Amino acid sequence: MKELIEGSQAVVRAAVNAGCNFFAGYPITPSSEIAHELAKTLPKLGGIFIQMEDEIASINAIIGASMAGARSMTATSGPGLSLMQEAIGYAAITETPIVIIDVMRAGPATGIPTFPSQGDVQAACYGSHGDYPVVVLSPATIIETYYLTYKAFEIAERYLVPVIVLIDEITAHMKEGVELPPIKYNIYKPSRKFVGNGLRRHTTGLIHGEDGMPLSDPKKYHEIIKQLVKKIHDPAVMMMETEGDRNPEILFVTYGITCRAAKAAIYKMQKRGMSAGLVRLKTVFPFPEEEISRIIRKGVKKIIVPEMNMGQVLKEVQRIANNICEVISITSLARLMSPDLLIEMSLK
Amino acid sequence: MKESIKRFLRTSHLPHAWCPGCGNGIILNVFAHVCEKLHLDQDRTVIVSGIGCSGRITQYLNFDTIHTLHGRAIPIATGIKLSRPELNLIVFMGDGDSVAIGGNHLIHAARRNIDLTAIIINNMNYGMTGGQSSPTTPEQTKTKTSPYGSIEPTIDISQLAISAGATFVAKYTLYHVKELEKGMIDAITHKGFSLIEVISTCPVQWKMTPYHALKIQEKIKDRGILTKYNKPEFCEKIHHLSQLSQKQKTKNQI
Repeated sequence: MKELIEGSQAVVRAAVNAGCNFFAGYPITPSSEIAHELAKTLPKLGGIFIQMEDEIASINAIIGASMAGARSMTATSGPGLSLMQEAIGYAAITETPIVIIDVMRAGPATGIPTFPSQGDVQAACYGSHGDYPVVVLSPATIIETYYLTYKAFEIAERYLVPVIVLIDEITAHMKEGVELPPIKYNIYKPSRKFVGNGLRRHTTGLIHGEDGMPLSDPKKYHEIIKQLVKKIHDPAVMMMETEGDRNPEILFVTYGITCRAAKAAIYKMQKRGMSAGLVRLKTVFPFPEEEISRIIRKGVKKIIVPEMNMGQVLKEVQRIANNICEVISITSLARLMSPDLLIEMSLK
Repeated sequence: MKESIKRFLRTSHLPHAWCPGCGNGIILNVFAHVCEKLHLDQDRTVIVSGIGCSGRITQYLNFDTIHTLHGRAIPIATGIKLSRPELNLIVFMGDGDSVAIGGNHLIHAARRNIDLTAIIINNMNYGMTGGQSSPTTPEQTKTKTSPYGSIEPTIDISQLAISAGATFVAKYTLYHVKELEKGMIDAITHKGFSLIEVISTCPVQWKMTPYHALKIQEKIKDRGILTKYNKPEFCEKIHHLSQLSQKQKTKNQI
């Protein structure tokens, strides 16, 4: 059955269907709708909804809940994500699975709270100090918002990492007619180890050995961090899709909402007899480097990176393109870009 | 060490790393005796700590222990308690941990009356980082960050917790350990948010002998239980709300 569903509702349905039974959050535009829905839904399903005193408390509460065996998440926007950064590193080093939904608004600081953006990409990938693993996903449509949110819980659990789902303000507030699995609460039974079951383990944000006890040996530190960072570099995590020509001359590398304009652009360009293709990143981090490099080497002459920021994924693409071909950045701040603008800019 | 308290400690990780004469060792000892007296279930008790010298206490306790970020022991404990209300939660924090960086969380945990026991080890300075002034450093005290004497008024941790709605608040010193032991038992058995402020010592940063640091506590008068009453506990309220919501019909939007 087709339903008219909003992005934030798709997040909630995916979370509930994935067995999410704990939400802690703090009100912030434009992510509050997710909290509103969960405040209504979770108590009915026997889960926990709590509004904490700030975003720092929210993320620490979901870490605590996850440590005790819950499947937990929070939802926020840019300023909240900044406040959560220290705890994201803590979740990563303590290997606690959590899911963070970040509905991106125009930044920095308070920015323009009601305008869309893709400005949190680098903050999501690299925002906490030190080297640590985090997975960052970015859906382009309502249906993908459902599936990537669902997937976020699976990845978090499988790799014991924090997973951030970057949704922009438009996708969160936009309605689309979609066919989604109906709401069905799955009772979540963790297969990982968690506290309160007689393990008598120590958990710490200090660098620690397998017994959980802190250590300060540079050699072991190196090994631990290397292993920790490496574990997410798995093809199963790095999700992407290609569209258009298989060996395009003009290649768009996109993610999130801008994929939609780029998709329309390549079909228009193909109609005009041009060779155009599209890479759509579902996983922004870890960046699917090898896969994109392989496509570039098949004869791409020009790469277009349209983003609603000053070029945050652009740098990754430039690094991979490594002077093999031209890389052009198209920037549109707080406003969507049209397919025609993309075509015009890419033909310059 | 008394044989009967050994099971509550990770003896293979002892001796502890605190400075000679540090108050944390005394508190660890008192807490182990409290565990023994209460026959605390080691597999159903989770002990959470923050950052600082006090935060290292979890390393030596033979329970499920969590050493959190600076100031964040309470929200982590809140998450654990909410998802597993049957567990006992004991939170150790320092003064900087609980009323400076984590002050917000302390206020709101007290306001909610969630069933946690917060044991705040107040040594009136940041010991681990080299002896800087904290919100409980007495005015005019010279520290590394107040070389001409602290000009900031202090905060009263116990009174703060009382005004925020904590249903059990007590204050003890390390000089009066027997009272502290009794107080810890009362706090852990209390249902709701309980807080114990322990006036501790930091002989190294205070530049005093351990004996002198303890001896000056002898005359501290306002000790004992400062408030104790009953109010609905937060986890029980959430459970009740959950049952209530299941009876109510709401328009399902998802």
